[in-house]
Amino acid sequence: MLTTDQLATPVIVIKPYTGLFQLRLKELWQYRELLYFLVWRDIKVRYKQTAIGATWAILQPLGTMMIFTLVFSYLVKIPSEGVPYPIFVYAALLPWTYFSQAIGRCASSVLVDACLVTKVYFPRLIIPLASVIAPFVDFCWSFLVLLGMMAWYGIGPTWSLLATPAFLLLALLTALGVGLWFSALNVRYRDVGHVVPFLIQIWMFASPVAYPVSLVPEKWRLLYSLNPMVGVIEGFRWGILGNAAPDFGVLAISSVMVLALLVGGIVFFNRVEKTFADDI
Amino acid sequence: MSDVAIQVENLSKQYVIGTAKIRHDTLRDQVAESVRGLFRRNGQPSSDTDTIWALKDVCFEVKQGEVLGIIGRNGAGKSTLLKILSRITEPSSGSAKVYGRLASLLEVGTGFHGELTGRENIYLNGAVLGMKKAEIDRKLDEIIAFAEIEKFMDTPVKRYSSGMYVRLAFAVAAHLEPDILIVDEVLAVGDVAFQKKCLGKMGDVAKAGRTVLLVSHNVSALLNLSHRAVLLDSGRLVQEGQTNAIVGRYLASNYKDNSFQLSNAQRLGDQRATIEHFEIRPTPPRTGAPLDFIFSIRRSNSRKTDLLVNVAVCIYTEIGAPLLQLHSRDMGLEFAIPPGKTQLMVSLEKLPLVAGRYRLDLWMGSGEHHTDYIEDCFRLCVDHGSLDGNNFVEENKFPVLVPAVWRKT
Repeated sequence: MLTTDQLATPVIVIKPYTGLFQLRLKELWQYRELLYFLVWRDIKVRYKQTAIGATWAILQPLGTMMIFTLVFSYLVKIPSEGVPYPIFVYAALLPWTYFSQAIGRCASSVLVDACLVTKVYFPRLIIPLASVIAPFVDFCWSFLVLLGMMAWYGIGPTWSLLATPAFLLLALLTALGVGLWFSALNVRYRDVGHVVPFLIQIWMFASPVAYPVSLVPEKWRLLYSLNPMVGVIEGFRWGILGNAAPDFGVLAISSVMVLALLVGGIVFFNRVEKTFADDI
Repeated sequence: MSDVAIQVENLSKQYVIGTAKIRHDTLRDQVAESVRGLFRRNGQPSSDTDTIWALKDVCFEVKQGEVLGIIGRNGAGKSTLLKILSRITEPSSGSAKVYGRLASLLEVGTGFHGELTGRENIYLNGAVLGMKKAEIDRKLDEIIAFAEIEKFMDTPVKRYSSGMYVRLAFAVAAHLEPDILIVDEVLAVGDVAFQKKCLGKMGDVAKAGRTVLLVSHNVSALLNLSHRAVLLDSGRLVQEGQTNAIVGRYLASNYKDNSFQLSNAQRLGDQRATIEHFEIRPTPPRTGAPLDFIFSIRRSNSRKTDLLVNVAVCIYTEIGAPLLQLHSRDMGLEFAIPPGKTQLMVSLEKLPLVAGRYRLDLWMGSGEHHTDYIEDCFRLCVDHGSLDGNNFVEENKFPVLVPAVWRKT
């Protein structure tokens, strides 16, 4: 039971909120088990009632790799910095596939869990957060394929492989930063559902997935590196193939961009989450 | 005052209605609206940006360990109040202070996922309702036993019957141990035996010193469980006091006697034909006198075929206990409803009810399928009368009366 001390001050005060925003990290921490269960649910449910189950997680990047190799390497003859093109493109498809899944799911996350939002209280931030963590499992599967490919092409791992988790984290934060905006906007404006797939497609061509950064003219480089995925993908190529280390200037710009998107996303999400239940 | 669990002060919630803020609005609408705004003279807001107060200046207090009932007709603001107290939506003004760990049950089975098994859903649902994993581990066996579905724990819940689903969902909810529990309408689920079990469990919760806030249309559940109640009407708190008194006022304010009213009614069914009107003849009805129930049924003229239906009148006591049912199926009858208007009548030679007030549900459908099902749409007010034409029957606690043959043998 409660002590008299606890009874003296209200545990929860419900009133209209007026400030700019409150992050309530402590509360988020209290609800960490719910985050765990939501991630766990997303992972469990993802391949239910499919014939080949998690094999999809491998087939998708593999298939894309084959098509890209055919189109961009054989037909267009895009250079791949001295590395076999299939592995050059696969090393980029790994973080990219994760990123596109994470952002796609994040954008629709609040809508998908409308039944929770309208019936139970918990920090709403948990929903988009869970949605960008869940696709990580697919990433792990396709990473195993990469190890197989590296053995096939006789590319040995280097110490730089240890840096990939940091770049994956950068991809997660990018997806979350952008996804938060979309997930919150999606509640009021269903247009978001149509914009996101289109945006992901454009974004891929604005990222060095199918081609090396060296193809981008020098004078556009700075503008180009405002795209955080440039740093992520370059970082992955470096980590896996051990070729030229990424430009740390580019990485710094990417990180600052991600941070700005993320902080803005959290503030925006926080401001509108109070009306989710009324608007959804 | 250290014994207060919830203190609500001047709580208000305003909603914007009208086209300015319809659901699922799109950017295009927003842009179009702004453009229209430019051409509108004097900058007057359009007349359709009306607002309504779903709650207005509501004040009350709930003491520790008290079970408080909240009652009111549809749209009175009950759900809004619960949503604010559960922190799902924010109030527009006013405040509420909650002293203790609060859990709310606005729906059973929140967060259930059809693809997951019963066991997995217990964890998911438990976590959603605010239970810790260790707590669920500890109570798992108890929850499974309570739900009475041991055999299906590893079956995806999408294969469950609706009864099993609800039992599982309620079992999880029933094992929450918050200081304050907020419950909305969830008692109206499951079969009768399970409802009783749930009511029992809720009673235990109340006895264990927890504070419960209960919203229900089920007046008898409120009478059983709560001692105090508040009555809401159009967003305002009308009266606060003993549940008996509040329920009495609610029932009295709610109905005109012996007339068909849709204002409080819940309507289900696919509406392939609808009950347009319903009346009784003669009025007022009298104990032991003949009574006719007349349905006016409409089927849209655009329909080409007849619809085969059963029709039923379900009679409940004033506080909602089922009493008797006149069902065409019981007489082996089905009616073909052609497009247009149809009138049906069911007659009783001698009305077997003692004087008093009764509530009616009207049902039309085939098998278990609802075509039009209107709950609580008629209040039957029976006058004193006599079964044999001589002996006047007084109002008493046994509502049903049947002729019997008495003799010395």
